[in-house]
Amino acid sequence: MTAYWKANQRRLAPWLFLAPGLIMFAVYVVIPIFQSMAISFYDWDGLGEAEWIGTANYVELFDDDAFYTSLVNNVLWLGLFLLAVPAGLMIAIFLNQTVWGMRAYKSLFFFPFVISQVVVGLMFAWFYAPNFGLLYQLIEWTTGAQVAILADERYVTYGIIVAGLWPQIAYVMILYLTGLNNVAPDQIEAARLDGAKGWRMLWYVIIPQLRPATFIAVVVTVIGALRSFDLVSIMTNGGPYGSSRVLSFYMYEQALSEYGYRMGYGAAIAVVLFAIMMVFISGFIWKMWRDETER
Amino acid sequence: MFPRPIEQASPAAQLAYKIALPAALILWLLPLLGVAMTSVRPASDLAQGNYFGWPSALAFDNYISVFRDSNIAQYMLNSFKVTIPTVIGCLILSTMTGFALAIYKFRSNLLIFFLFVAGNFVPFQILMVPVRDLTLNLGLYNTSAGLALFHIAFQTGFCTLFMRNFIKALPFELIEAARVEGVTEVRIFWYIVLPLMRPAIAALSVLVFTFIWNDFFWATVLTTSAETQPVTAGLSSLNGQWIAAWHLVSAGSIIAAMPPVLMFFAMQKHFIAGLTLGAVK
Repeated sequence: MTAYWKANQRRLAPWLFLAPGLIMFAVYVVIPIFQSMAISFYDWDGLGEAEWIGTANYVELFDDDAFYTSLVNNVLWLGLFLLAVPAGLMIAIFLNQTVWGMRAYKSLFFFPFVISQVVVGLMFAWFYAPNFGLLYQLIEWTTGAQVAILADERYVTYGIIVAGLWPQIAYVMILYLTGLNNVAPDQIEAARLDGAKGWRMLWYVIIPQLRPATFIAVVVTVIGALRSFDLVSIMTNGGPYGSSRVLSFYMYEQALSEYGYRMGYGAAIAVVLFAIMMVFISGFIWKMWRDETER
Repeated sequence: MFPRPIEQASPAAQLAYKIALPAALILWLLPLLGVAMTSVRPASDLAQGNYFGWPSALAFDNYISVFRDSNIAQYMLNSFKVTIPTVIGCLILSTMTGFALAIYKFRSNLLIFFLFVAGNFVPFQILMVPVRDLTLNLGLYNTSAGLALFHIAFQTGFCTLFMRNFIKALPFELIEAARVEGVTEVRIFWYIVLPLMRPAIAALSVLVFTFIWNDFFWATVLTTSAETQPVTAGLSSLNGQWIAAWHLVSAGSIIAAMPPVLMFFAMQKHFIAGLTLGAVK
C-alpha cells in the first residue's frame, strides 16, 4: 500500500486534492443542469408523481405571451446593461488622477457594488416613488408630467435597468482603473510625441491596451444582465401586469411562487435561459481556452 | 499616464476638476444619501411631507425601533450563520482544487478547469428545482446548513479559477526543488504552497463574504422562516410589512448593508485585488 503510494503519488495526488471540490461541484452544479433538462419534459408539482409529457412544456412556451414579454425584457437588459462598459471607462478616466484624497474618491465611487441588490432595489424604489420620490418630483418640476416609473408599463423595465446599472458601472470602473494603472507609460509618451491626444489617443493607444479589462467587463456585464432577478423581485415583483418580468424571474414565478408549483414548465423556461447564456459562456470559454493553450 | 495628470493643466482646469470631483460624487451617491437621510428622519416629518428638507430632528430611534419591533437581529445572525461557514468551506475546497489544477499536468486538467469556470456562469434557475429537491431530501430545507452547502459548492467554481491562476503565477522551481529533496506532495501543498497563498485567501474571503451576504435568490428558494432566513430575504419580507414606512425601510436597509461595507473598507486592497484579477496581463 505505502509502496504503491510512494511510487505513484505524483499521479494520484491531483485526484485526491480535486476529489472533495469536484464532488461537491458535480452534485450541486453539474448534475442539476441535466436533471433540470430532464424535468422540463415532465408535468410535475414538486410533490406528487411526475408525468412525462414530452415537449408539451416547450410547445406551451411558444404561445405564452408572458414568456415573450420576459424574453424581450431580457434583450433590453442585455443591450442597455452593456452601457456599463463605456460608462465605467469614462468614470475611470475621470478618476485616474493623483490629486489629494483620490483613494477615498475611488472607493466611494465603487461603493454601490458592495451593497446588496436588495438594498439597491429599495433605494431606487424610494427614489422613483410616486408623489414624494426625488426623481418623480424632478420630472414633475421640469416637465409638469406625473410619472410613476415603477407603475408604468412603458418605463418600468428601464427604471429597473438603471438601478442595476448603478452597481455594475462601479464594478466596470474598478476593472478599468486597474487596467489604466498598467498601461505602458512609454507608449503613451511616444504617442504624445507623435501628436496624439484626446479621443485619438484613447481609441488608438489606450483602449487596445485595456483589452483584458474590457474582456472581463463584458463577461461580468453580460452574465449580470441575464442573471437579473433580485431587482425585479424587490422593485416590482414582475409588475405592473407582468410587464417587467425577465426569464429568470418568470421561471421562479412559475415554479415556486403563489401562482403554483409548475416545476416542469419552470424548468423549460430555465433551459431556454441556459441555452441563451450558453452561447455567451461558450464564447468566453473558447477565448480563455485559446489563451491557455497558446502560452 | 492617461489622461494627462491634472497638475499639468491650466489653473482654471485644475480648479474646475476640484469642483467637479465632489459634485460628481454627490450625484453618484444621491440614492444612498437620500436613504441615509431618510433613515434618521422622524416619522412625523414624513407624515407632514418633509421628504427632502433638513430632518426636523435626528431620529436615531428609527434604528432602535427596527431592532426592537422586527426580527432583523435574528436575520443578521442567520446571515452570519450561512456566510462564515461558506467562506471557510469554499476556501478549503478551492485551495486544494486550485493546487491540483495549477501544479499537476494530466490529460483532463484543462477540461476540469473549464468545467469549474463554465459552471460558475450558469443561470441559477437551471439549478433551482434539483437543488431545492436535493436539499429537501437531505432534510436540510429551511436550514442554514442547507443554504451554506449549496453556496460552498457553487462558489468553489469561482474560487478554483482564482486560486489556480494565483498558484500558476508562483515560481514553479520551488516545488521542483522540494520534490528533488524528496518532500511528499501533501507536504509541498501544506508547507510550501499554502503559506504563499495568504494574499489570495484574504482576497477571496472578503469577496465570498460579500457575495454570500448579498445573495437573495437562494435565500428565498432554500429558506422560508424568520428563524433561518438571511437578512436579504428578511428585508424583503419586512419591506412588505412596512408599507410606506420609509424611515424604517431605510434604517433596515442600512443595517443590512453594514457588514459587507465594513468588510470592504477594512480590507479594501484585498477586495479590489480579488475583483480585478485578470484585468491586467
